[in-house]
Amino acid sequence: MSDPRQPDAVGPTGSSKADLDADIAIEEPGAVSPETEGAEEDARATAGGAVAAQPTDVPPPSRWHSTLHQITTGNAIISVLAVLLALLVGAIMIAFTDERVQEASGYFFARPGDTFLAIWESVSGAYSALFQGSVYNFRRDDFISGIRPLTETLTFATPLIAGGLGVGLAFRVGMFNIGGRGQMLIAASVAGWLAFGFDLPWGIHMLVALLGGLIGGALWAGIAGALKARTGAHEVIVTIMLNYVAFYLVSWMLRTPGLLQAPGSSNPKTPAMKETAIFPALLGPQFNLHFGFILVVVATVIVWWILSRSSLGFRFRAVGENPNAARVAGINVPSMYIYAMLISGALLGLAGVSQVLGTVTTGFTAGIDAGIGFDAITVALLGRSTPWGIFIAGILFGAFKAGGFSMQAAEGVPIEIVLVVQSLIVLFIAAPPLVRTIFRLPDPASPKRRPVPNVTQEVKAK
Amino acid sequence: MSTAVQHPAPAPQVVALDTTVVTSWKAPIAFAIFTLLAIALAVFAPQDGDTTFRLSTQSDVIQLPEITVPTMPTLWITIVLLALATAYSAMLVASKRRVPVWLVVVFAVLFMFGFLTWAASGAAIPVIGLLFGSLSLAVPLIYGSLAGVLGERVGVINIAIEGQLLAGAFTAAVVASITGQPILGLIAAMVAGMLVGMVLAAFAIKYFVDQVIVGVVLNVLVVGLTSFFFSQVLAPNAAALNTPPRFERLPIPVLSEIPIIGPVLFRQTLVVYLMYVAVALVYFGLFHTKWGLRLRAVGEHPQAADTVGIKVNRTRFWNVALAGAIAGLGGTFFTIGSGIAFNKEMTAGAGFIALAAVIFGQWDPIKATLAALLFGFASNLQNTLSVIGSPVPSEFMLMLPYVVTIFAVAGLVGKVRGPAAAGKPYIKS
Repeated sequence: MSDPRQPDAVGPTGSSKADLDADIAIEEPGAVSPETEGAEEDARATAGGAVAAQPTDVPPPSRWHSTLHQITTGNAIISVLAVLLALLVGAIMIAFTDERVQEASGYFFARPGDTFLAIWESVSGAYSALFQGSVYNFRRDDFISGIRPLTETLTFATPLIAGGLGVGLAFRVGMFNIGGRGQMLIAASVAGWLAFGFDLPWGIHMLVALLGGLIGGALWAGIAGALKARTGAHEVIVTIMLNYVAFYLVSWMLRTPGLLQAPGSSNPKTPAMKETAIFPALLGPQFNLHFGFILVVVATVIVWWILSRSSLGFRFRAVGENPNAARVAGINVPSMYIYAMLISGALLGLAGVSQVLGTVTTGFTAGIDAGIGFDAITVALLGRSTPWGIFIAGILFGAFKAGGFSMQAAEGVPIEIVLVVQSLIVLFIAAPPLVRTIFRLPDPASPKRRPVPNVTQEVKAK
Repeated sequence: MSTAVQHPAPAPQVVALDTTVVTSWKAPIAFAIFTLLAIALAVFAPQDGDTTFRLSTQSDVIQLPEITVPTMPTLWITIVLLALATAYSAMLVASKRRVPVWLVVVFAVLFMFGFLTWAASGAAIPVIGLLFGSLSLAVPLIYGSLAGVLGERVGVINIAIEGQLLAGAFTAAVVASITGQPILGLIAAMVAGMLVGMVLAAFAIKYFVDQVIVGVVLNVLVVGLTSFFFSQVLAPNAAALNTPPRFERLPIPVLSEIPIIGPVLFRQTLVVYLMYVAVALVYFGLFHTKWGLRLRAVGEHPQAADTVGIKVNRTRFWNVALAGAIAGLGGTFFTIGSGIAFNKEMTAGAGFIALAAVIFGQWDPIKATLAALLFGFASNLQNTLSVIGSPVPSEFMLMLPYVVTIFAVAGLVGKVRGPAAAGKPYIKS
């Protein structure tokens, strides 16, 4: 997913412990340029016990050889094969649970062709529905309605990318923000309240609601950051607990007249957002794609800039790699935790705001987060906590989501198959040696070019 | 606090060690906050009337009398006691001594008593039902936290507890429905949890994948798999595949007649009795056997363990598998333990609460069990109070356990330190 030559393409330094910085087995030693320390460590980890190749000792191989080597051992092929493998497992599940297949397999030995035909029909039907629901629908007459699924994909991807950026940024600082749900709910509530409760001119209203939501999400996550910085409370516990607190708080506000509940209604639901606050549609009213997507693109650029071009991002990454070393180097580690959680919460807040002001503008319930806070973790993992990796991963997962719904509608395949495929993709991508073993690809650290030292060592032990 | 670090200059370091005790001002501050909270309840939302505590059920042999107290005087007396406890803890800290654990427990019990008296004014609190339900709700959390403790002690972070619980619940429901034997469902659930644990172990140990990643992803995978099979297979054939029999309650002959304790602890199902055994075994095994010593050595310093001939990765693999089996056993509570059919995502985040209990309990099986019991109590408190009618909106009661946890983690526990090598793969070359 991420550019293998990008020097800062370290894996998610995620942890439920501050000192857990295992971005191990993520990067391919054959593909990363060995100038950076992070890459060397990855190489050491992935090589299955071999310490990193020492590039200076090895004569440079021919260009053809190295190109071929990179293709067969690089990140890209692993990613593609991981997706293929995951889809294959999904196909097996679809085939085995399909009624037509079960029927035909009853007389398998009499007419085996029927079984294979039924398998082919169920699997190809499901996957073509997935494709037509997420990229391009060939059954439509004109291009405009044919391309609609792609815009749906981007609409679904919008909060996933924003949330993934938030979780990924926290990963890079060595923190695990499981609190996406709570941060999204608080942000959505603040933004929604500003959007339906006030009358402001067009544009300003939207900005006020957006900013309010971002601040709400940031402060909610900031509680966890501040508690970690001041008292050492573990952010995993605090963010999980804040999820529940936010959920019940929002549920209470939604059913209390005068707070978030729609006037004259007894349902726990807010009134519709005012026209002046709603994100404008990007491609006209027949598409659902809204301004939130632009915001997410901007957020991706900003996060990229923060992480790889700003001094704050340098300090973030230093703390994420090794908080003790960062402290010795004069970095104020506690305040980095607070800043990181504030930014992370604002990004998850953006996910919540884009839900209420863009996707569901007719009023929301306590289920507005739609599990995106947890999906964001998978997106961040698939994107390896790099901004553009997360961007692509978010679009991929958005496609699965958009396609999954049409697959369920058209073929009756439960949408949960998408969860299985998504999680398998992340699992396979995280374990390149497994994918290489299955497809018999060459090991990037081939034995000829790798000295095997006779030492025992623990990776990144402190 | 290791002495090895202070070796070069022992004398001044000892003095420095004494002064570090000052940092625990958190406990008095937390106590003060809770005392103020109680005062706020008494001042701003006074309740008239009496509160009754019902200490026996109808079927008990030994009947205890009901205790009825006037609400407001009792609350004020409790507040005075809370204030005294706060002052005592402040005095202890001021004289550079630690706040003992028993004081925290006494304070918590007092606060709960005061709160219950206030919340249930004019009604009767079924104490037995409250405690019984607390234990029941804590069952999957305790199993889950035992699994988490084992995993982290051996050096593998187990975020997949949620997945293991769910896999256990699913398999138990299906196998028990097909065979009609809950005990077979229980075994199948252990196998299912073990399989999830083995996948976690294989990816973490053989392929060196970040353990947090594998854990999170396995949770999603199990949710996806179980929900898919539920929608596709179980829902259309619910009668054959998803009507699990339930474990019967087995009152233990003499013990179950002890007042209060008996009905709460000894009129439970097999799943709960197995839990008592599991907690005891894990505690004893972890701290008093060769197995536990090796396990902890692998989790703290794998290189040293390897040097003395312990097979690090093998130890990790089988103990993570064992942890998975324990969590899978806990998953049976949701289906055959309660006689409920399987449903999508029915564990509803219990695995994450169990994870919080592991950290809250500082990676100790007994403390983690107590933390899980606290969560169970808080959840059931809401159920009980919503039945008898309470002045607080139910959402705030539901919120309470989580708020208390945040306070407790920030105020009392503070910075916790897990096993040193948890989360790090061990690579031997």
